[in-house]
Amino acid sequence: MSTLAAHAPGAAGSGLADVAASEASLRRFLHGLPGVDQVGLEARAATLGTRSIKTTAKAYAIDLAISMIDLTTLEGADTVGKVRSLCIKGRNPDPSDPTTPRVAAICVYPDMVATAKEALRGTDIQVASVATAFPAGRAALPVKLADTADAVAAGADEIDMVIDRGAFLSGRYLDVFNEITAVKEACRRPDGTSAHLKVIFETGELQTYDNVRRASWLAMLAGADFIKTSTGKVAVNATPPVTLLMLEAVRDFRAATGVQVGVKPAGGIKTTKDAMKYLVMVNETLGDDWLSPHWFRFGASSLLNDLLMQRQKLTTGRYSGPDYVTVD
Amino acid sequence: MSDVSLRLDVLKTYKLYVGGKFPRSESGRVYEVTDSKGQWLANAPLGTRKDTRDAVVAARAAVKGWSGTTAYNRGQVLYRVAEMLQGRREQFAAEVAAAEGLGVKKAAALVDAAIDRWVWYAGWTDKVAQVAGNANPVAGPYFNLSTPEPTGVVGVLAPQAGHGFSFLGLVSVLAPVIATGNTAVVAAAAEAPLPALSLGEVLATSDLPGGVVNVLSGRTADIAPTLASHQDVNGLDLTGAVHQDGPGSPAALEAAAAETLKRVLRPAADPAAADWTQAPGTKRLTSFLETKTVWHPMGI
Repeated sequence: MSTLAAHAPGAAGSGLADVAASEASLRRFLHGLPGVDQVGLEARAATLGTRSIKTTAKAYAIDLAISMIDLTTLEGADTVGKVRSLCIKGRNPDPSDPTTPRVAAICVYPDMVATAKEALRGTDIQVASVATAFPAGRAALPVKLADTADAVAAGADEIDMVIDRGAFLSGRYLDVFNEITAVKEACRRPDGTSAHLKVIFETGELQTYDNVRRASWLAMLAGADFIKTSTGKVAVNATPPVTLLMLEAVRDFRAATGVQVGVKPAGGIKTTKDAMKYLVMVNETLGDDWLSPHWFRFGASSLLNDLLMQRQKLTTGRYSGPDYVTVD
Repeated sequence: MSDVSLRLDVLKTYKLYVGGKFPRSESGRVYEVTDSKGQWLANAPLGTRKDTRDAVVAARAAVKGWSGTTAYNRGQVLYRVAEMLQGRREQFAAEVAAAEGLGVKKAAALVDAAIDRWVWYAGWTDKVAQVAGNANPVAGPYFNLSTPEPTGVVGVLAPQAGHGFSFLGLVSVLAPVIATGNTAVVAAAAEAPLPALSLGEVLATSDLPGGVVNVLSGRTADIAPTLASHQDVNGLDLTGAVHQDGPGSPAALEAAAAETLKRVLRPAADPAAADWTQAPGTKRLTSFLETKTVWHPMGI
């Protein structure tokens, strides 16, 4: 496994505080991160995907996965009614079985935050809102900050921001860093508390695994509470190798700084089997500390139905079908 | 140097046919298939409950496309299957001869009959609506039309006994199900699955969309109860239900199927006495249909 922690400046005692002091120092740090062994990473992710999870362990994993879902609707065609029905589904995913756990959060566009907040009143389900000109992130900084502040003011508990991939890929790391810190500032509420900040990398657009590792460290240094793979709006979304790489990054970051950061793979996770593979990766890479909705989330919409069908199979012994779950 | 007898035969690995692909069993297991005298023929994949589940998912995904195809087009596709069968006649004759202990000539005659039957059902696709549908006289100014529509996903237990069961019997139970626009999950005859598995190879090279027919081999006692209790299966043909008691018996399967209101076609009282060369009639064709009735104002 990676020995990154030993190389990180934090572990050497110099601290990471001045890494972002200048464009040059930030670049030196990010490019000084060890390169990713692509073949090894993909082989490790594939190996972890072959574990067989059955019976009681499977039942536990299904319930855990349901409780980790950020149930998402991010369509141009979203209506108030659709967001409400999604919230109802999040509160009570399987009306035929009240022992089914609730989802972790409902993820919507900023203009739907108030609707979702209202529909979720009285529960501990969080409202997550995408912001900063999601999904492209192509807008001026003041617009992004206003977008964020607007969502926070409407009651969002969590903000999912996208990084400026153009700036990242052209090497303007400090711009990306400053943007994340500015959005983090915009997440602050008048009472001094702050909305949780998730930073989306859109790994499908970052081209290399090395870039994913750099983006992970960049976002964590800038104060991200969560790092998230994708928007779900491009051809390549969350993949097991990319997620494994990000899991290793948060592990190394905690070893270096003592700060724990969450991970959220999003997009393309559709089946119970996929979800199990991710949970195995979390357990093998990070252990129990991250196996909770506070530190690991799935960004998904159709995944929930498959989990519910598998859950019904385990409780009734009969295979269920799409007629027995909602059409979203 | 070139002694032909020294050449090693290339044996065929029989595989399941699910969703237009040829997977091995999810269990990774196989079982020995023997001819009627107990001589080893091949290893067939031992399909499990999970394979059955995967097959139902594939069949469900294919319903929209296949049932939405025009009846005329379905007929053309099925006729194309018959053309492909004709090209594989010798292979099927050999498999039928081994499965049923017949001479090559008799087996070939059964294969010919099976191909003819497939063509016969191909012709039915655009005619069944005229026979099973109706223009109903009603007391009002309406056209009232009843048309048959496919039921959806149908589980088919292929016949396990009777004259010509291994291939002609299989065609006789499968073709009517898909001719009307249903999709099928077929549990091949447990002791003689090779013609059914080879049929999958024929279907894959015809124009039939993947998932319309899915072929599983293995213990019927595993596959049949899974199909019967599966909540996403709409119909069940129990022709090959041979166990007298236990969860694989026709009565238990029908009871399980009733939980989700499946249409069920009961097996013959004595399956071993069946003669599949007899004219089939339209019963199987009309067993897995739903009647849709439309009222339309007639105007002046």
